[in-house]
Amino acid sequence: MKFLKAPLLSLIALSALGLIFNFGLNAYFQLILLFAAVNCLMSMSLNLVNGYTGQFSLGHAGFMALGAYFSAYANTHWDLLPESVQAIEYFIYALGGGLLAAFAGLLVGLPSLRLKGDYLAIVTLGFGEIIRVALLNMDFLGGPRGYSGIPGFGSFLFSFIFASVWLVICFFTIWRVMHSTYGRSFLSVREDEIAAEAMGINTTRMKVRAFVLSSFFAGVAGSLFAHFTNFINPSSFTFLQSVNAVIMVVLGGMGSMTGSIVAAIFITALPEALRPLQDLTGVDLRMVIYSLSLILVMILRPQGLFGDLELSDMWRKYVRRSS
Amino acid sequence: MSDVLLEAKNITMQFGGLKAVDSLAFQVKKGQLAGLIGPNGAGKTTVFNMLTGVYQPTSGAVFLEDKSLQGLKPYEISHRGVTRTFQNIRLFKGLSVLDNVLIAGHQHMHYGLFAALLQTPHFLKSEKDLRDKAMELLKIFHLDEKAHEPSSSLPYGEQRKLEIVRALATDPKIILLDEPAAGMNHSETHHLMETIAKIREQFKLTVLLIEHDMKLVMGICENIIVLDHGIKIEEGDPQKIQGSQKVIEAYLGVEEGL
Repeated sequence: MKFLKAPLLSLIALSALGLIFNFGLNAYFQLILLFAAVNCLMSMSLNLVNGYTGQFSLGHAGFMALGAYFSAYANTHWDLLPESVQAIEYFIYALGGGLLAAFAGLLVGLPSLRLKGDYLAIVTLGFGEIIRVALLNMDFLGGPRGYSGIPGFGSFLFSFIFASVWLVICFFTIWRVMHSTYGRSFLSVREDEIAAEAMGINTTRMKVRAFVLSSFFAGVAGSLFAHFTNFINPSSFTFLQSVNAVIMVVLGGMGSMTGSIVAAIFITALPEALRPLQDLTGVDLRMVIYSLSLILVMILRPQGLFGDLELSDMWRKYVRRSS
Repeated sequence: MSDVLLEAKNITMQFGGLKAVDSLAFQVKKGQLAGLIGPNGAGKTTVFNMLTGVYQPTSGAVFLEDKSLQGLKPYEISHRGVTRTFQNIRLFKGLSVLDNVLIAGHQHMHYGLFAALLQTPHFLKSEKDLRDKAMELLKIFHLDEKAHEPSSSLPYGEQRKLEIVRALATDPKIILLDEPAAGMNHSETHHLMETIAKIREQFKLTVLLIEHDMKLVMGICENIIVLDHGIKIEEGDPQKIQGSQKVIEAYLGVEEGL
């Protein structure tokens, strides 16, 4: 069971952090933390497609919506397990939401990833809008009124641990895939599709695999989001939400998981951190400063905060330099 | 079994009104070192693109060991054992030298996604074997010390070499080299000739190369196919090609009005 060691250790560390946050922070900060976790899942998964595989997906919110609505519906209508093991039921529905999103990813990806170029951006953009408009018109899912009364965990600590479990699964899945022959094939597609084909890599299949895996975790992110807010509506999953995910990936650095995580936390926290400024000046400058800071980062570090480096690469460099 | 490895049977490539290659037929025998030459625009790279599936011939077909490659995608043809390098270097620039070679080994990796997630012994062993093999290959070409450097940081000549290493990592039966000596000086070219001869010996490979450097072609090729305007005008050993009136005319033009 050696393969479980690192994930379990990270999970324990995250849970310990959760315990500290549980007593050290107020409910407002705690909710921001949970949103940051959801955004981490979104950016890590999108990084797989936009960063590692070099494709451009613009419909991540659509997959998130699928996961969110699936979980919401399942949790209010089905009763799989007794009350005492509710968390496992939540886990299963999150998995279900992810699988539904992954299936949608397969349907979207199969035709559009055969083509080279930017077709994926257009197709996924359309897909995201179709999902949103479809949800607006589905009365049994609340339509434009949204879906309310989604059961949650009740306590921050449980929510945080639940999020941590999925963060750890997502991180190690993507990390290990990227350190296998599949991950290297994803990278080769990004670098040079023609050369990759000539070296025996089925580029279409690789792109679809990356896309499906990415969609899966977007669905899981949606499911978590539904549990944490207890209320979702179609306008939670607009085009802006997809763009937000792209911003996180680009800001963190295309092809860096460290970057995706840091950027997701940064992007979630920044608008909130700027809130006091509004009280101070009386004017809402939040979005102005938010966009200015994005522009500044892109001017000063066009490759994103981390480029394509990971924390472990930087540590190795530091060790080499100091020895 | 016949000793023909690769055979083009009257392949034609038509781009709109232009016939880039016109019913070209040739054979490459097992273990042979064959050359494909011709003036600029003769259609040499188009032939390579047809052999590797980048283009589907308008008519005619390519056969590898008597099996048709018709309709196969480039990656499927690579799996059958045909590999290539590119005229304008196409390395995976953003990746390390070693990763470039590892990627070419993908087709010989037989573990699933879940084996990678669960880090099964089979996965770990496959990865280690692949790495060892890649390092061995790099060592032959004296690139092993630069294995962890980004491939774009290599000097030009080494980038060309790395392309050959990468192609070899697919474990091919035949390797197609598209102008391997382009942009190299005399000593580099000489060195390359030795390398090509060496890998053929060591890996029991068949080689087909496109080249403008006549010294290289005449020096190592056993059979030379000459193309002009998409048509084969001559085929034979270096002596025959050097003496051929048609080849001289194709390269230098016809003397007029005597």
